[in-house]
Amino acid sequence: MYVELKHIYKTFDGFHASDDVSFGIQKGNLVALLGPSGSGKTTILRMIAGLDVPNSGEIIIDNVVVNDIPGSKRGIGFVFQNYALFRYMTVFDNIAFGLEVQKVKKPVIKNRVKELLKLIGLEDLGGRYPNQLSGGQRQRVAFARALAPNPHLLLLDEPFAAIDAKVRKELRTWLREMISQVGVTSIFVTHDQEEAIEVADEIIVTNKGKVEQIGTPIDIYHNPKTLFVAQFIGQSTIINNHRTLKDFNVNEDCSAAVLRPRNIKLFGKNDADSITGGQNGTVVDTSFRGDYMEIKVKIDDIVLIAFRDLEEPSLSVGEKIKVTIKQLHLFSE
Amino acid sequence: MANKKAFHKKESRSKPLPAETDTLTEISKVIEQKHNTGSKKVEICLIVISLLFLFVMLLLPLLVVVISALKDGFTAYMNAVTDSYTIKALTLTILATVIAVVINTVFGIFAAWTISKYHFRGKQFLVSLIDIPFAISPVIAGLIFILTFGNIGWAKGLADLLGTKIVFAVPGVVIATIFVTFPFISREILPVLNAQGKDEEEAAALMGASGFKIFRKITFPHIKWALLYGIILCSARAMGEFGAVSVLSGRLRGKTTTLPLHVEILYNEFNTTAAFAVSSILVILAVLILIARNIVEYKKKQ
Repeated sequence: MYVELKHIYKTFDGFHASDDVSFGIQKGNLVALLGPSGSGKTTILRMIAGLDVPNSGEIIIDNVVVNDIPGSKRGIGFVFQNYALFRYMTVFDNIAFGLEVQKVKKPVIKNRVKELLKLIGLEDLGGRYPNQLSGGQRQRVAFARALAPNPHLLLLDEPFAAIDAKVRKELRTWLREMISQVGVTSIFVTHDQEEAIEVADEIIVTNKGKVEQIGTPIDIYHNPKTLFVAQFIGQSTIINNHRTLKDFNVNEDCSAAVLRPRNIKLFGKNDADSITGGQNGTVVDTSFRGDYMEIKVKIDDIVLIAFRDLEEPSLSVGEKIKVTIKQLHLFSE
Repeated sequence: MANKKAFHKKESRSKPLPAETDTLTEISKVIEQKHNTGSKKVEICLIVISLLFLFVMLLLPLLVVVISALKDGFTAYMNAVTDSYTIKALTLTILATVIAVVINTVFGIFAAWTISKYHFRGKQFLVSLIDIPFAISPVIAGLIFILTFGNIGWAKGLADLLGTKIVFAVPGVVIATIFVTFPFISREILPVLNAQGKDEEEAAALMGASGFKIFRKITFPHIKWALLYGIILCSARAMGEFGAVSVLSGRLRGKTTTLPLHVEILYNEFNTTAAFAVSSILVILAVLILIARNIVEYKKKQ
């Protein structure tokens, strides 16, 4: 493990920002800290960076306990949520700052900055000031500035939060490529599950100061360990009385069941293939979602959300249909 | 006009009936005219009132100062201005102002930095403490220092230990000036520092920059215009300070009199021309400061 947190506790004025947080990160991985706002993910990142100090527990980077080592000596690069570019310095000086502080020779700095400007595709903008750049460009500069001193660990706090939705998707792919090209171990904080799934090799889901689950995006999607994770990752319907569903009247002790829309199949009267089994349901609502239809189906007193391809015959509200359910996630909480 | 046209167009599009559109246009025209003429009248009224007020309360007295100063001719004016007591008063005023500005700049930056960048108990109390000189009458401030450092004061020993006299001496004048002007600079910088936030400084610190480098490269460029503005306000106030200095200086002519005190002494001796002549020096200084203030304000906006 390159980065390791062991039983970290942190409180702010009685609020538990970190409540026994432990996890490890492999060298070279790109990891997402995912959770709703207030779940303590940014606090974890800031403690790894040395900007906040844990009340107890150990933070280990590259086999060294770094609790008492200042952030500047931990070999990390940090990208702030609003980039925190130095507004009175040019793009060039911003990127050069970390190297200047380390008293690197001028020509070496110049080469390194040029190389980074080329990497982020802003070769001609070295002389500009941050307020003359677009949001996406600022983000790239912040990224280059963090990378300039060759950190072993890159930390990014909500790197896409301040960018409008359209550019965000582009930048995600860009950042993912850049990080794999540079090959630096990276941790980024996000509240956007789609972003985490798309960018990260591994996701750490946090909630209320605790780690809920750690795993690859696919693993977390298919095998959510807690009700919270099941709700937070992917779209889902939560039902409390799953025993009323046919074939699911198991006697397991559980209080809630989570159902993914993709695991529900609908058979309308106009469909080519039909089934004999399944449950009887009624279409309550249909709505167009761009690439697919979202259908609300009522089975007894349970309302489920299902998806339907656009090529399939359309369903109308009030139509009696057959429903099959492939999988339910059960939780006893 | 362009605005009005756009409005009409929109109106006609949403209401296709021609007759109705016409009446609507008429109504909106009338409303607009009424509104315009109404606001115009109010505007003129307000401008005239404020100009009149400024003329009577500010410009007229200043003119009187200049006219009275030159009443006995230019020679008398020059004599009053170049009088040795006047020169001494001017020197002391400038000395007190410079020391007050330097000390308050250092203190102001420290205080504003501490308040904006750290969280600690009693922070709000510290902010209120800084404002005390605004709230306390300068005369009382002068008395406080007399009671502290004077013959019956508890800290007299401290002053003796330093080998200086504070009350009725130059250090007293300087202390009084510092006291009444110390909120100006920190008050100017504080909002700017608060608006900047901590991120840039944290970023620099994470890269290993020293505290001094962070201040020089990141904090200072951000606050420099606000700081200069604060310095100007502080200077203006320091030069004009009367109450606290009057109490603490003992008004020893030629020794502890600043320009405002000197003016009052001359005036009490019925030497009106000289009093106004010396006043005119303060007026000139004030005008210079005003010009500097406007330049800085313009730059700050940019």
